[in-house]
Amino acid sequence: MKAIEKVRIARDPRRPHFREFVKYVCDDFEELHGDRLVNDDRGLVGGLGKIGGFRCVVLGHNKGASVEENMESNFGMANPDGYRKAMRLASLAERLGMAVVTFVDTPGAYPGREAEERGQAEAIAKSLEFFSALRAPVVVVITGEGGSGGALAIAVGDRILMMENAVYSVISPEGCAGILWRDGSKAPEAAEALKITAPDLLSLGVIDEIVKEPKGGAHKNPKSACLAVKRSVLAQLKSLSKVPINELVDQRYAKFGAMGRFA
Amino acid sequence: MGWYEGKKEKSAVPPAKALWDVCPKCMSHFPKGKWKANGKICPKCNYHGRLSARERISMTADEGTFEELYSEVGYSDHLKFHDATGDYRSKIEAVKAKTGEGESIVVGKCAIGGHRAMLGVMDFSFMGGSLGTGTGERIARAVELAVKERRGLVIFSASGGARMHEGILSLMQMAKTSAAIGRLKAAGLPYISVLTDPTTGGVSASYAMLGDVNLTEPRALIGFAGRRVIENTIKQKLPDDFQSAEYLEKHGFIDRVVERGEMKGFIAKLLSYFGVSK
Repeated sequence: MKAIEKVRIARDPRRPHFREFVKYVCDDFEELHGDRLVNDDRGLVGGLGKIGGFRCVVLGHNKGASVEENMESNFGMANPDGYRKAMRLASLAERLGMAVVTFVDTPGAYPGREAEERGQAEAIAKSLEFFSALRAPVVVVITGEGGSGGALAIAVGDRILMMENAVYSVISPEGCAGILWRDGSKAPEAAEALKITAPDLLSLGVIDEIVKEPKGGAHKNPKSACLAVKRSVLAQLKSLSKVPINELVDQRYAKFGAMGRFA
Repeated sequence: MGWYEGKKEKSAVPPAKALWDVCPKCMSHFPKGKWKANGKICPKCNYHGRLSARERISMTADEGTFEELYSEVGYSDHLKFHDATGDYRSKIEAVKAKTGEGESIVVGKCAIGGHRAMLGVMDFSFMGGSLGTGTGERIARAVELAVKERRGLVIFSASGGARMHEGILSLMQMAKTSAAIGRLKAAGLPYISVLTDPTTGGVSASYAMLGDVNLTEPRALIGFAGRRVIENTIKQKLPDDFQSAEYLEKHGFIDRVVERGEMKGFIAKLLSYFGVSK
């Protein structure tokens, strides 16, 4: 399948969203709100969830399932407040002996005036530093669109899972085509060149596991797609729970340190 | 991120260029030679123009102390990337030949006002200062060595963001560099970040914004998303000083806007306050 076809599937509005993942992956979930500074971002949401006996902080981009929700959440494009909320909630995991599970599905961080004024760059940077050193197991699932820094901000973890038709990229194919091809309609070429599909990222060592999707894509059978994610997340949580926390944090540091080290 | 290639300087003054220096910020014209004589600072608007990594190193490190490290770490063409205008490998080889640099950052140890420092300086003329795997690896190694040798870390950034031509692994350099800086801080060492014109995208959203102290120069452009992208998203015109050094200071993300002539002295003073040994 061409990369651009995967991009289309990854962005399909019928694809399972955060609420559906929570519904099928978590045995229980309670949303918690706010960054304790200025706002409760709706593009990045989170709370407490139980997954097969594991007490977790669950975070994810929320594109929304209705037009109202799409608007409210900026189609899953988080503000700095979202990343600061994510850090606040994830720090609970460190203190209270929980794990962190994140669901990544965003076109990118929100490009807005207030987002810049409240420090979009700083919030993402701080998240990267924060999750790199977090003393709690972190399992990341790239479920749809892994859009650049806005995705990575909640995608630094011990195990990175990626759904079969998800994409994960340094820039959107349209954005890349606009700059390097000077023609946004060359997105299919850019998508191919950027190597953004799950098998590409597995071979580049950026992800650890590909989660199979129902034939035709996750939207054909959201429940079964979500349950496959649950099985993988649970298996990873189990294996991570056996690793002493100091070792886990060192391994995470080494994991990202090895990315792009060729010498 | 990575919009720099679309930002080739199109200052609309080719015929006059032979006679005049033009400030790229305010477009004021000056007799040829004045720009350089004034340290690439606009006499009219005080915009602090871009410098090469070598120019910056020579005005920051104590004379004769800079020892370059990891120059053998360079770019990687693991995607065999090519676009409409050609392949990445030939493009970057041409940039290497033109700039004499091997990557978008030069790192090395030095003394600053006598204090033991690890200095990294980005060069915008190298692929728009884009963050590639070589850039990230040079930074990570330098930061780790700074921890071992108990050196204060100083990085001058100048970048359009992550380098598209190296795909997802460029993005991962944001995590790698931020993780290394986190360890330096945890080891009780300071990090002074200087965000010079321009610092945007994936570089502002990683190591550039993580300074214990964030400094910049007058009128530098600093931001995450590009102005046009934001204007298209919110369907509003942004204020003229949006994403300027002064605007960021006002909004709490920059500690100080520092004049070029004062920069070295101020960094040395910070290193002294932070107890970095001589």
